[in-house]
Amino acid sequence: MAIDKTCELFDCGHRACGGCGASMAARLLLKASGPETIVVSSTGCMEVFSTPYPETAWKVPWIHSLFENASAVASGIESALKQQGRSEKVVVVAGDGATFDIGVLCISGAFERGHDITYICYDNEAYMNTGIQRSGATPFDASTTTSPAGRVSFGNKHPKKDMPRILAAHGSPYVATASVAYPADFMQKVERAISTEGPTYVQVHAPCCTGWGFDGAKTVAIGKLAIETGLWVNYELVDGEVAKVKKVVKKPVEEYLKEQKRFRHLFKPKLQEEEIAKIQAIADRNFERYGHEIRLPPKKAPEGA
Amino acid sequence: MALEIMEGSIAIAQAVRRCRPQVVAAYPITPQTHIVEALAEIVANGELSADYITVESEFSALSACEGAVAAGSRAYSATTSQGLALMFEVCFNMAGMRLPLVMTIANRAMGAPLSIWNDQQDSIALRDAGWLQLYAEDNQEAVDLHYIGYRVAEDHRVLLPVMVCFDGFVLSHTYEPVDMLTQEEVDAYLPPFVPKFMLDAKNPVSMGMYATPDYYPEFRYETDLAQKRALEVIREAGREFGEQFGRDYSALVESYRMDDAETAIIAMGSICGTTKEAVDEMRDAGKRVGLVRLRTFRPFPTEDLREALSGVSRVAVLDRNVSLGAGGTVHRGAVVLEVKDALYGEPIPVLDYVIGLGGRDVRIEDIKRVVELCEAGDGDRFYGLRTEVL
Repeated sequence: MAIDKTCELFDCGHRACGGCGASMAARLLLKASGPETIVVSSTGCMEVFSTPYPETAWKVPWIHSLFENASAVASGIESALKQQGRSEKVVVVAGDGATFDIGVLCISGAFERGHDITYICYDNEAYMNTGIQRSGATPFDASTTTSPAGRVSFGNKHPKKDMPRILAAHGSPYVATASVAYPADFMQKVERAISTEGPTYVQVHAPCCTGWGFDGAKTVAIGKLAIETGLWVNYELVDGEVAKVKKVVKKPVEEYLKEQKRFRHLFKPKLQEEEIAKIQAIADRNFERYGHEIRLPPKKAPEGA
Repeated sequence: MALEIMEGSIAIAQAVRRCRPQVVAAYPITPQTHIVEALAEIVANGELSADYITVESEFSALSACEGAVAAGSRAYSATTSQGLALMFEVCFNMAGMRLPLVMTIANRAMGAPLSIWNDQQDSIALRDAGWLQLYAEDNQEAVDLHYIGYRVAEDHRVLLPVMVCFDGFVLSHTYEPVDMLTQEEVDAYLPPFVPKFMLDAKNPVSMGMYATPDYYPEFRYETDLAQKRALEVIREAGREFGEQFGRDYSALVESYRMDDAETAIIAMGSICGTTKEAVDEMRDAGKRVGLVRLRTFRPFPTEDLREALSGVSRVAVLDRNVSLGAGGTVHRGAVVLEVKDALYGEPIPVLDYVIGLGGRDVRIEDIKRVVELCEAGDGDRFYGLRTEVL
């Protein structure tokens, strides 16, 4: 199945912020999935900005029930379609709060039972709809409204939960991470996830200009920096094994952090070298784990020097 | 008509099979387990072509049913007590989205303290969720209310989910003679589910959108209107059932020996069987007592109840639940509040008896005692407390 990039099933006129990564994810994933898709949405930013009654941005069948039950609703839809002999694909679209935290029970059940569903988590690394509170996907030291940096705190105390591995451990045949900064890669992964039988998972990094504090024109640039610094890794797990990792020339984490207000406390009023070193260590571990650093040959010293 | 002696839960499972749900999603909880075990067996033996989703919680059970119905399939679930409480959020959601379902509630007390035994606190707590609530007196009625339940739920004038409530253990684990309709009979009564809206790529719709204050109250109003319309749809479905199979369920309230009754007892569920025995004995002793049994609690049959109670001198309500904190300084359950509302303006004393909680047995003698207390004007209290353990 070739992806029809001209296909537009996520309509314009929705109410997302300018530069919203999640809205990019919605548009791209429907290009990849095509019209024979039933979307199950969790409560969250995407649900709210795309479906204020009586308007909707979704040109495919779409349902929202609750915050935490999208994968259970999807289970029921998939069962019903099977019983009726129908061929639509069932795709869950949910934010990181719905996925990493409140929806884990339902997701675990749906994946363990092996429903033929594709779960797309748009990961903007906090509860954005309710006002930027931390979730299990919030990175270490990010300042949010419930993990604020303060006189005795550098922000979120915990590293990001490794949700892709948790779902791979459920026996998912295909788990991938992607970024809206790399649309072609994301769409290919969605297509592969949908065409793989069984419960599959794609976690797409969706920078949030409002929640992270950057200029909405820089969403793609920020997404790329996350990957280039090693704080986000684009990879695939096929039957639980790492199959493909996007290789990058490593940049120091400061280049990513300093662009965002959520990490501003690491630079002002004074540089927090120790904290930045801890974040660098997270990136270093990622590079070690996935081995995706491109090591360029050392530059020759200019002649005569 | 061929009567079979069957356990209530098995009879329910057999009735559900005849309703041909395409998706069953349930999570085991006492005393609902025999229903879902029997259904699993029915599916495993190929006697029902359904997808049986062995969910990881009641919350997912109802969520999966919601998805199945939204996709255009008839679905089924069963639960009780803590399981129903875990479904709380989905219950409101399904009714709000106007997705029809039949779910059996094997009524059980709510913890704490933990109790697996019968009262009706669980479904009563979901009173305002938008579901229709039907209460069965015996297993025959419990079975028949499932056929009627699907008819009513899926009727486009209603489009609301239905709880068929029957008392845990007292009915669910009791063997009674039951007339099981044949598949052909059920097919003749219950047409296939025709959704009004569904998820379909050929005709994409968005379901479950959020509503601003500009739209929200109208959604709630229309859902309440559907409850009102259900009053007549239940009567209709119950009447047709009677015409086809001889058991008439057109009455939302059943009057038992109410002619010339001075004291009316109001109750729901299996306690009504005991109450009828007590009424017979009291009548034999010359007491003018009758029973008005509520078959529906939602929608509440206010007008029907008023009519059934016309001419009585006093009313005793048996509440197998307690509305904690209701009634100022006296004790009251949820049913009496509705009864008082129905009788507002009538000079009839209505007294409440919170009775049979957590499986505490209610005997014929207890019903007689309640009537005596009511005659003496002593009510709005717990009945049968063991004061020695207080």
